[in-house]
Amino acid sequence: MNSVVEKKKMAKQQGKKAEYSKEQYLFWYELMLRIRRFEEKALQMYGQQKIRGFCHVYIGQEAIAAGMESAIRKEDCIVTAYRQHGIALGRGVTPREAMAELFGKFTGIVKGKGGSMHFFSAPNNYFGGNGIVGAQIPIGTGIAFAEKYKGTDNLCVTMFGDGAARQGALHESFNMAMTWKLPVLFIVENNGYAMGTSVERTSNITDLFKLGYAYDMPSEAVDGMSPESVHEAITKAAAHIRSGAGPYFLEIRTYRYKGHSVSDPAKYRTKEEVQSYQDRDPLKTTEEKILELGMASAEEIQAIKERIRMEVEDSVQFAEASPYPPASELYTDNYTQEDYPFIRD
Amino acid sequence: MSRELTLRDALREALIEEMQRDERVFLMGEEVAEYDGAYKVSKGLLQEFGPKRVIDTPIAELGFTGIGVGAAMNGLRPVVEFMTWNFAVLALDQIVNNAAKTLSQSAGQFKCPIVFRGPSGSAGQLAQQHSQTFESWLANVPGLKVISCIDPADAKGLLKSAIRDDDPVCIMESELLYAHKGIVPEGEYLVPIGVAAIRRPGTDVTLVSYNKMILTALEAAEELAKEGISAEVIDLRTIRPLDVRTIVESVKKTNRLVVIDESWPFASVSSEVAYVVQKQAFDYLDAPVTRVNAADTSLPFAPTLVEEYLPNAAKIIRAVKEVMYLHK
Repeated sequence: MNSVVEKKKMAKQQGKKAEYSKEQYLFWYELMLRIRRFEEKALQMYGQQKIRGFCHVYIGQEAIAAGMESAIRKEDCIVTAYRQHGIALGRGVTPREAMAELFGKFTGIVKGKGGSMHFFSAPNNYFGGNGIVGAQIPIGTGIAFAEKYKGTDNLCVTMFGDGAARQGALHESFNMAMTWKLPVLFIVENNGYAMGTSVERTSNITDLFKLGYAYDMPSEAVDGMSPESVHEAITKAAAHIRSGAGPYFLEIRTYRYKGHSVSDPAKYRTKEEVQSYQDRDPLKTTEEKILELGMASAEEIQAIKERIRMEVEDSVQFAEASPYPPASELYTDNYTQEDYPFIRD
Repeated sequence: MSRELTLRDALREALIEEMQRDERVFLMGEEVAEYDGAYKVSKGLLQEFGPKRVIDTPIAELGFTGIGVGAAMNGLRPVVEFMTWNFAVLALDQIVNNAAKTLSQSAGQFKCPIVFRGPSGSAGQLAQQHSQTFESWLANVPGLKVISCIDPADAKGLLKSAIRDDDPVCIMESELLYAHKGIVPEGEYLVPIGVAAIRRPGTDVTLVSYNKMILTALEAAEELAKEGISAEVIDLRTIRPLDVRTIVESVKKTNRLVVIDESWPFASVSSEVAYVVQKQAFDYLDAPVTRVNAADTSLPFAPTLVEEYLPNAAKIIRAVKEVMYLHK
């Protein structure tokens, strides 16, 4: 690994600054660590067939959730796609609620009804993981529409992957959001691949942020491997949006270390490419920075790691011990109407 | 007190009353504001409620429907107008995958109180893409409610109920019948979702229909009366949930059923009605349930082909005589 001097030089080149507080760095570190350990445990549980169905993990992209949460307010809304465990944990969904949901248990964040793709949390203004690529783009625009209608200065962060950037829904939403100056922050988490297909193979424009130019939307590319960069970009974008000037578009460049889902060995990319991102792993670089800047001792870092490990371990035990939803739950939450006459013959 | 109103004016009254009653209600769609609505249902609404609540959208059905869904999830009560349901096909992802699923996916944490409305069905020589009937498509989806009614008084009361409903509701109107007149009560009233209406009492055969085909069924019933056949005509008004009880009670009395349905025959509204009747009134039936649907084809342009495609009184009368074993 590089010397301390080289690392500092690299940090400088990436535009990182050491001017955030100890609390800020520890917040980022702890959230990224919680997401990383949670996702690693989810994969392990999937391997043991405790978790079934789809499972898309966020490993490698944690800096986005961390830098975003420090830059927005709790009252702001978030909607995203199906790679969403990390975003939900950042919003305040607990590892217990999240792991129990992955297990399909009644104590999960949506009572075992949504699974890996569909966490929702009304108290945390988390409007869910959406399983249809790009469908949440107009929905997030509508959530922002409602905030403006109600006269708040809250915004809606509308997140999607690079694959969704080719959906027509994006263009329809960008157009209306700009025409109506809606308080929406569009974020494309560009991890380079729509399932197994690289951006280059399906998009004439590989600098995805430039899509915003067609609508005169302020648009920028951001280093997604650094919580500082994400925080700075979103802070600036949020101020623009809250001023009433309308939407903002950020292309946050990131990488997923694992395949698209648990069933994907990711043979479409090279080990060298994966390694080049892991060399800049946000969890590792943030930990090093905290130690270098003397914001925490090695023992304190160790204590955080142990606490997170216990938290995730506890979430598994909680999920294991929880019951599945009873059969009667099949007929709840389809309609708000309590006496809805289902066809049951 | 009551007066005669067209379907379009009755619907407009419902919108005005509900928008006056609840600040969260707004109308969005193509041409709904400055143009007063493609079929003038929203005439004058922009002047009364302003551009914040009466919103002209670009021609982007998927996008503005999704915006409506997001707004509904976040506490508003949108009414999304489709110029016709044919164009809503572009928005089906948002209706089927999102509006209908929001409550279930979120285990009740997020509701989606939204109304999708517009005309459905054939409307003259509009050819293949502008003549389709979507009630059975949408009624197939749990999470949605589906209303299809052209009686002005009932359509008004149903639209008001739909706007107040916390679940997503699809409403099918009719391009041909926006000028159709009916007696509409003065003042505040609601018509409950999920309840059919008996439009004409009878004893020999039950005719079940909805939307503009109800007028064709009534025309046939009038003709049949001249031949001494007493037909009971039931207007479903709501497709989902289906008012099974009213249908079954009628069939228990008449012992014969003909369903008149502008949808294509396969997995149609008539299929569902026939199923529940054979299941719940098998011993009362004196003849197989029969139906008169649109033809199992696309609808072409030429008038002769439109005539051949659609149900009409003659076809209904023929079907009634079949279930009454009166065919020569």
